[in-house]
This record gives sequence, C-alpha cells and structure tokens, in this order.
Amino acid sequence: MLAQQLFNALSLGGVYALFALGFTLVFGVLGVVNLSHGAVFMVGAYAALTAVNLLHWPLWLSLAFAAGVSGLVGLLVDVLVLRPLRARNAPHLIPMIATIGLGIALNSLAQGLFGAENRRFPPELLPQGTLHFAGLDATALELGIILLSLVLMTVLLLTLGKTQLGRALRAIAESPKAALLLGINVEGLFMLTSFAAAALGGVAGVLIGLYSNALFPLMGQPVLHKGIAVIILGGMGDIRGAMLAGLFLGFAEVLSVAYIGSTMRDAVGFGLLFAVLLMRPKGLFGSTQERKV
Amino acid sequence: MLEAFDTFWSIYSNLVLTLGTSSLLALSIYLTLSCGMLAMANAAFMGIGAYTSALLTMQAGWPYPAVLLAGAAAPAAVAYLIGKPTLRLSGVYLAMATLAFGEVVRIAILNTEAWTGGALGLNGIPAETQPWHVALVLLLVVAVLERLRRSRTGRAFEAIKEDETAAGLMGIDVAAHKLAAFVMGAAIAGLAGTLNAHLTFFIGPNEFGFDRGVEILTMTILGGIQGLMGPVVGAFIVTLLPEVLRGLQDWRLMANGVILVLMVLFLPRGLWDPARLRRLLGRS
Amino acid sequence: MLELQSISRQFGGLKVLHDVSLQVPQGSIFGLIGPNGAGKTTVFNLITGLLAPHSGSIHFGGQSLVGLPPHRITQAGIARTFQNIRVFKEMSLLDNVVVGMHRHMNASWPATLLALPSFREGERRARERARELLGWVKLDHKVDDLADKLSYGEQRKLELARALATEPKLLLLDEPVAGMNSAEKTELMAEIVNIRNRGYTIFMIEHDMRFVMGLCDQIAVLNFGRIIAQGVPDQIRNDPQVIEAYLGRDDDETTAAAGVPA
Repeated sequence: MLAQQLFNALSLGGVYALFALGFTLVFGVLGVVNLSHGAVFMVGAYAALTAVNLLHWPLWLSLAFAAGVSGLVGLLVDVLVLRPLRARNAPHLIPMIATIGLGIALNSLAQGLFGAENRRFPPELLPQGTLHFAGLDATALELGIILLSLVLMTVLLLTLGKTQLGRALRAIAESPKAALLLGINVEGLFMLTSFAAAALGGVAGVLIGLYSNALFPLMGQPVLHKGIAVIILGGMGDIRGAMLAGLFLGFAEVLSVAYIGSTMRDAVGFGLLFAVLLMRPKGLFGSTQERKV
Repeated sequence: MLEAFDTFWSIYSNLVLTLGTSSLLALSIYLTLSCGMLAMANAAFMGIGAYTSALLTMQAGWPYPAVLLAGAAAPAAVAYLIGKPTLRLSGVYLAMATLAFGEVVRIAILNTEAWTGGALGLNGIPAETQPWHVALVLLLVVAVLERLRRSRTGRAFEAIKEDETAAGLMGIDVAAHKLAAFVMGAAIAGLAGTLNAHLTFFIGPNEFGFDRGVEILTMTILGGIQGLMGPVVGAFIVTLLPEVLRGLQDWRLMANGVILVLMVLFLPRGLWDPARLRRLLGRS
Repeated sequence: MLELQSISRQFGGLKVLHDVSLQVPQGSIFGLIGPNGAGKTTVFNLITGLLAPHSGSIHFGGQSLVGLPPHRITQAGIARTFQNIRVFKEMSLLDNVVVGMHRHMNASWPATLLALPSFREGERRARERARELLGWVKLDHKVDDLADKLSYGEQRKLELARALATEPKLLLLDEPVAGMNSAEKTELMAEIVNIRNRGYTIFMIEHDMRFVMGLCDQIAVLNFGRIIAQGVPDQIRNDPQVIEAYLGRDDDETTAAAGVPA
C-alpha cells in the first residue's frame, strides 16, 4: 500500500539525509569533497557495536559513543590531512584524492580488525513493538530512526540559520578569507565542522546498521556513492537541498523495490543523477555561485 | 640461460603481462588528467571492454584482432555518449559524476545475468593474449601519446589544464578536446580490459568497481603526470609491491589508500618528476 | 569594425550594463575608461563570448557574435588579454605563445603521428613566429623561461604576444599597463602604436589617463553601466559629465590628466 511504503521510506530517507548533511557540511564549509565520509559511517556503526558487545552499554549510550568516535576520526582527518593541504593551497581535487585514500585505508583496517562477515546488533537491544495508527504499521525502530533524524536535522538547521555560530559557518562557506578578516576563528570552526559532520555520519551508520540488521566493513561504500548522487542532485553545498534529496532518494529506492524489484534498487539513485545532470548540471537546487576564495 | 628464463617465465608471465595492462590503465587516466580532468570512470570502461570482448570471443567466435578493436571501440562509444553532458561539469563534480557512473556500470553488469553471468562473472575466456600483443599495444599507445604530447593537441591539453577560459580564448575548442581525451582514455582502458580478460580466464563485476578505479588513480598519482614515464613507473610499483612484500597481499587495498594519502601530502608531483630528478642528480 | 548596439546585461537584480552602444573603427586605437566597477571588463566578457548579453547586438565585421562560443570568436579574429593575468604559468614563454597559434597549425593526423616533414615544418614555423612576437614585446631573451618566473609587467607583455599569436584583426587589451612602472609604460605605448601600424585594431580598457589620452584615437566613458561620453580625447577631457564621474577620486593624476584645473 502506497502510504505504508511512503512511511517506510521516511526512515531510509532520513538516514540518507543525515549522511548527506554531514557530507554537504564539509563541502560547504571546508570546500572539500570528503570521500572518507563513507568510512566514518562504518566507524560509527562498529563503534556502537563494540560498545554494545564489549562494554555492555545501552543503545542510546552506544549511539552517543559512536557519534563521538566518528567525530574524532573526522577531526583527525581534518587536522592531519586536510589542514596541511589547505596550508599549501592545494587545488580542489587534491584533498579529494587524499580522502579517497583515507576511506580505503579505513575500510581495509576495519576489515582486518573485524573480519569481512556480516555482524548484527543483538536483537534484544532493538526497540520492540509496533505501533498502529492511521492505518499504518510503524515499528518502534522505524519511529526511533525517524524521530532521531528529524531532531538532528532540526537542530542542525536551527544552528545554521539562527545562531551566531551558524552565521559564522555561513560566512566561511561564502569566503574563508573574508571570514578570517572578520575575526572568525576559521581553523577552529573547520575542526568543529569536521567533527560534527563525521559524528552525524557515524550516527547515520548506526541507524542503518539497526535498520538493515547488517554491519560489514564496506557498508559505507554504497551509501557514499549514493551520497555523492544525493549531494549533486541537491546542489553541492546546499544544506536543505541535501536533506530533501536524501529523503527523495529514500522514497525512490523504497518505491522502486516495491514496484520494480529489488535488484535495481542501488541503480535508482544514479539513474536519477544522470537524468538530472543532463538537464541541470548544477543539480536541482544548486546555485551558479562559485565559492570565492 | 634459456632454461632459467623459461622457469622465470612460467612463474611470472602473468605478472609481467599484468605490468603491461596496468601501464595501459595508468596511461588512460593520465590522458584525462593531462587536460585537467579527474575522471574516475576508467575502471568501468575497462570492464565494458573486458565484457564486450569476452562475449564476442565466446559467443560470436570473432578473431582476436577484431575482438581487440571492439574492446576499444565499445567503451569509446559509451564515453562519447556520456561525455557530452558529463564533461560540462568541472573538477570535483566531474570526478563524482564519473565515480557514480562507474557504479552504474557495475550494477548494470550485476543485473544482466543472462549475458554477463551477473555476480558469478564470466568463466572460461580463451587465453588469447600473447606477450607480443601486450607489448605491441603498449608500444603503440605510448608512441601515439608521445606524438600527441608534442603536437598542438598536447599543448592544447596543457593549456586547458592550466586555464580553461584562457585556452578557449586562444581558439581552442575546449569541449571537443576534453571529449577527445575522455574517449581516448576510455579506448585505452578498454584495450587493457580486453587484454586482461583473455589472460586471466575469468572476469567478474567486482574487478571493475571502485577499488580498481582507486588502484588506477594511485598508480598515476604515485608516478606523477609530468610525462609518460610517470604513469608507467607508478603502474609497475603498485603492481609489483604486493609481490615483493609477500605479506602485503591481503593489505593491498590499504596500501593503495595509504600511498594515495602520503603521495598527496608529501610528493604531489609524483615520483617521476624530471625536474626534481635533474636537480637531485645535478647535485651528485 | 566592431559594433555594439544597445547592450544590456544584469547579474541577479543588478543591471551592470545599460543600453551600451559603441563603434570601434578599423585600424584605430579605441579606449574604454570609467571608474572601477563601471562594467568595463563585462563589456569584454560579452564581446569574447564568456557572457551573453540580455539584450542588444554585437557585430564584428558584419558578423553577429552573440551566441558564439569563445573559441569561435577568437577564430573570427578577436583576441584578448586579461585584467588579472592568465598566462599559462607552468609553460615556457615560447610555448605560451605557440598555444596562441593553435588554429593555424594544421598538420594532418598522419603527419603528426609519424612526425612527417610537414608536421616538423609547421612546428618550426610556429616557433619562429613565436620568437618574432616575443621580440615585439622585448621578451625574446627569455624565450625558454617558465612564465611563472616573469615579473608582473613582463607577464602582461607575454599575454600581449600570446594574443597576437592568434592572428587577430581586433585586439582587446584589459588594463595592459596595470602594475608597470613609468619606463615600461612608455615602452609599451610605443609598441602598441607599432602594432596598430602593422594593421591591427586595438580596443583597450585602462585607468592610466596619460596613457589613454596619449594613445587613443577615440575614447568612450562608462559610468555605472552607461556610456556617458564618446569622442576624441580633447572632447572627453573637457566633458563635464566625465569630470564629475571622476571627481571624488583621490587620484590627482587622474583629474590633472583630465584637464581639470587643480
């Protein structure tokens, strides 16, 4: 039934949106396409799993732990790799290539540490129960995911739109040099953004791990590739565009599985991407504004 | 002497030939990099060449020379079709769109089981590739690329890489040149795929995905793009490293990742940098 | 030779050019002046096809340029230099200029791939011509140096040589003497006259009043996107609107050169 499918899509779309948000934040503020974002997604999931299995922490604490660990990884990426490249004024493609390498290295490391087999969160940990309302079935898990995604997205949007911090970030996104001249602590905010974006990615990883009941070292890769499609569709650097495109992709995938068949599910995002690119090279929401250096 | 060579060859022939195909792959991405484009689709083009040629050999019984041509032409045609809209994108957008395209190809291969064998791949490809095939193709490609570099086309590529707008105002048709580099790169990658497929009996979709794309990129970044030797040197190192350091086999992917990061941070012009080498040698 | 009719262009809500019309006669040295931000470089960007006008027409030798991509406009015979220098930094001076000859080097594919004599001859002639052009701007002693190593003023001269390499009929020069010292400016002034005498038409944007007044046959003045005056230097010098547009600038040299009593 269509309404049910659409509801199910909200959870998948919400997670995609969270992932895309982190990705877009880094692109908008740091000006870098961080292709290790898929890896921090995976790091979050495994961190939560470790917390649950080894430390026997409850789910909510493990989630926070995952956010912290991924955030830390994101921060290290910025300080150790992206910052030296910034200092050198390296052309845009160079940091991207570096993050490709980082992502691969992290994925391989995870494979070495955890093995390639699928892992799962212990089923007892998952929220139980199903709610019935308005003729729809919603598992507690789905509701939890939707709620958490919504809360995080709202917090992010409010921060960006209404706070001094948000203003500073938007200033940097326009022009880092100008922001520096205005007295904004640009490097500090770069670090904060890297942390926050990676933390969001890590949370998204945990949520997908719960949703699909599968963790594996390369789990970030398909999401990363879709994330690429999403942020191009949404217009690079456009936060709202990324969110909407993420939700949209979730819907498109769920609907295609329901009505076309599950094998082409992963191709839906890319098919859409190409169709849109052919018509609007800057994406659906992208502006023609080039970032001023 | 001859016996020693025979023994060497029976153990290492595949490796040597793989050095050749890897060099071709590195050169294919060099071509697009030389006009300032990071196009990560060459692994996919390699796959298109591999599958097209394997199917033509196995299903249609074509002779090998024709198969080689088809293996180059098929990805070139695809490159031409997607090139026009995609190459309008610049820098980072292009890289990402081509990455995405690579995924599309991989998924398409997975989903056309009747032809491609899907996830199980194609088995039993006749071992048509002779060493002289690889040597000849590599030699031809290097010769053509070298002549190209020294002609107005090569200069145009370099101008485009430096400053597209200024290049356009020199009378250079930037879009046409970029498309040409993209299509040629695809053809070379397709040739590598064809040669490789008829060497290893088996091809599967995972050989032409993201990991392969990263490996090709690593070779070229490692070697540097100051000339044609760079990509070849990079290809040799990346291919031989897991052989030389036996324990590295399992960590091959990680090694590629680490190499990329280290090179970008410390040696962005690559290992084969004639200017730097001249300085180093000049001192000693 | 070059005719702009009622050109308008806006960026977002801001109208940058308003009903701009001007005519550059063949064989002349034509100057476009105006305060910063008046829209002068935008005019060049429109002519060379980097931007499209929102209304109006641009004709060159009778041919309409609107809608043509930049490389076709260059092929039609217009070359340009840039306000913020755009030389190919990692290429030698010689190669920079040879790139400009791109459309004139027509070796066939077989000749190129086999390095046949016709190809080699074409390359040799190109290099010779490049040396000649570099000689015109007095850079022929640095032919093999990397463009990056040149001084600011020398890079401007390189851009000029490179633009000439495209065999243009019309040269658009965007602030050709910005950043040069007095001696260099005088030298370039003489060189531009030489170039014009060789048959090229020159259309330049410049801030240096002495340079413009001394060199140009005709001058147009752009202010806030509109042409406020057009004519020979003497007319411009005494035009009240022009004087007003430039008053309020702290540039004494400018007002003095414009003939305003101190």
